[in-house]
Amino acid sequence: MNSSLIIMPFLGVVLLNLLYKTAFKKIALGIGLALSFYQALLCVLPGYFTWANRLDVFGELFRFNLVVDPLTVVMLLCIGIVSFVTLLAGNALIEDKEQRFNFANLLLIALAGMNGIVMVQDVFSLYIFLEITAIASFVLIAFDKGIASLEGAFKYIVLSSVATVLMLSSIALFLVISGSTSFAAIAGSLKVSPDVYLAMFAIAIFLCGLFIKGGLMPFHGWLPDAYSCASGPVSILLAGIITKTVGIYTIVRIVSGVFGFGASLKQVLMLVGAFSIVLGAFAAMTQKDLKRMLAYSSISQVGYIVLGFGCGTTLGIAGAVFHIFNHAIFKSLLFVNAAAVEKQTGLKDMDNMSGLAAHMPLTGTSSIVASLSAAGIPPLAGFWSKFMIITALWMSRYYSYATIAILASVVTLGYLLTMQRKIFFGKPDASSSSVKEAAFSLSLSAVVLSAIIIGTGLFFPYILKTFIFPAAYVLGAAIGVQ
Amino acid sequence: MNIFILIVLIAAALWTMMTRSLLRSAIGLALTSALLTVLMFRFQAPLAAVFELSVCAGLISVLFIATISLTQPLSKQEALEYMKERISRFWYLPVIVVLAGIALSLLPMKLELTMPSPEIEKDVRMVLWNLRQFDIFGQIIVILAGVFGVVILLKERQ
Amino acid sequence: MPNEMLQLFWTCGIFAVLIFIIGFYCLLATYNLIRALIGVELLIKAVTLLIVVAGFVSGHMALAQALVITLIVIEVVVMTVAAGVILNVYMHNKSLDVRELRNLKG
Repeated sequence: MNSSLIIMPFLGVVLLNLLYKTAFKKIALGIGLALSFYQALLCVLPGYFTWANRLDVFGELFRFNLVVDPLTVVMLLCIGIVSFVTLLAGNALIEDKEQRFNFANLLLIALAGMNGIVMVQDVFSLYIFLEITAIASFVLIAFDKGIASLEGAFKYIVLSSVATVLMLSSIALFLVISGSTSFAAIAGSLKVSPDVYLAMFAIAIFLCGLFIKGGLMPFHGWLPDAYSCASGPVSILLAGIITKTVGIYTIVRIVSGVFGFGASLKQVLMLVGAFSIVLGAFAAMTQKDLKRMLAYSSISQVGYIVLGFGCGTTLGIAGAVFHIFNHAIFKSLLFVNAAAVEKQTGLKDMDNMSGLAAHMPLTGTSSIVASLSAAGIPPLAGFWSKFMIITALWMSRYYSYATIAILASVVTLGYLLTMQRKIFFGKPDASSSSVKEAAFSLSLSAVVLSAIIIGTGLFFPYILKTFIFPAAYVLGAAIGVQ
Repeated sequence: MNIFILIVLIAAALWTMMTRSLLRSAIGLALTSALLTVLMFRFQAPLAAVFELSVCAGLISVLFIATISLTQPLSKQEALEYMKERISRFWYLPVIVVLAGIALSLLPMKLELTMPSPEIEKDVRMVLWNLRQFDIFGQIIVILAGVFGVVILLKERQ
Repeated sequence: MPNEMLQLFWTCGIFAVLIFIIGFYCLLATYNLIRALIGVELLIKAVTLLIVVAGFVSGHMALAQALVITLIVIEVVVMTVAAGVILNVYMHNKSLDVRELRNLKG
């Protein structure tokens, strides 16, 4: 069952391209929708991770080593939902049939890559699947071949390659220390290694590479350009799930499973997280372009995740995992609305738009839901995850970090509501009179995502019990936290 | 003997960076790959060395030379001015490299490592096919993604 | 671990760091997109050297060679996609100067 999540998208791509009939080209998007829906559905089945590992037919045949544990289930659910929404958006936003076919193929490859990242148990295979996802996203960013997209893609290529080189040198040092590349072997030898300096150096370099890939603050140079220049559905995929899987999930898994939570590591994580929160929030306030503002807001929210994770207690880790899920949902919703606005009005600058709520009521309402969830207003989902993170910080006596988190929440509310007021409320001017509501697929995806946000907010005890706390306990047990 | 090859490797890399035209840089890159291949042979890694020679010193150099010739060079006058301005930015590099080399070699080596457990499988082909099948599958997906990338990026729209 | 192996590892490590410095300097100081790509290539060469030396010192040469072969395959694909992007930039701009590419601010 585990390897089917990787093999099926791969077979889908191969079949779509071997059978050279135009009828198959039309159903490419449909195959993608079916696969991502199947993946999301599989994750909500109760106790998925208990039987999935035993039922792996292909894995037994070919000796793959893929393990699904509760954190993986949360990530697979996010990947499934965001891919589904991206395909719906692609259906509405990409007109050319040939482009649509290429987009569906690239998305299936990225889906296979991301599923691989969350399920492997070996640093070498992790590197390979990181590169698969990276190559798919290079091509996706440069998809519409405008000069801005090409610039964003080239910056991303260079910075991603630098991050890969840092990670590989760290893998080489781990090979010297432990003689193997699997998570368990490296973790074991790091505990007993007599050489402290080499191990610390290797850990530091690995984390630097991961910070670049995840877009955390000193190393975020590629992120605003890549998010704002990519076309509509690509920025939904990129902001919603790719950066989080490639950067943040890998940090969580490697720190909890391989490196262990030393005191200095926790300090570094919390410092980088707080730095990203503050600088991301303040940079977002000064932006005029809608997508660029959302990109800086992403940097800020991802800082929350790293801050909560760096805290180290079970509540903090649970808050971080819950915030990964929430951020995937509300950031995708914000980017869906941005894509809808850009398609209908043709504008990117926030100052030129006004009063669109009269013409696009669904987009306006879902945008309010996403903004309130991002800022952490009860009873929506974002409130609970931020509350858990801030409580964990307070209980561990990191009062300054907790204060920074609360103040940044207020700033987030500020700039998101300013965006709302500028774009959707206010008096409609003459140029916006011809604007119609977004296409059906886009509205459907907005409705689905808003429903998930409201549902998660209202039913959060159930979600915490089935998804989040098992993940936190598994991660916490690996660290040795009670 | 190894030190000698390493020093020539550094010199080749420096020449790749500081030389004036792009074509010479691409050839310098091929030269660096060839020297790295020699080093890998000496470290008893024959399979990887052959791969490195045929792919990096061959395929990637051809790729670079193709890209360079498809993007036309500047006119002679502009090229000359450009080169002079380049040297003013790039002459720091050998100085930095030599200084860094001397500084690093003066650092005391404080490595205490235990020998890791001996390897189970000594043959690279066995390792690749028996222990690392998932990685081969991953490489197939990478090549598929690359093929798509090339088709999408280089296809002219009618 | 025998001292001569550690000495070899340290020496080759220093040389790998030197090639890293050359690659990073090239990446930062160049105005041409293709030269930036050559800089990335040099970084990958440095990592290849480091992996081979690590395999030799720890005795796990087969695993290191498998890693190097995989690295070379992935590097070729990334370089190809990057070359595709560069060709498209050239078709748009008629020049490969990074300074003309700075339209995105903020």
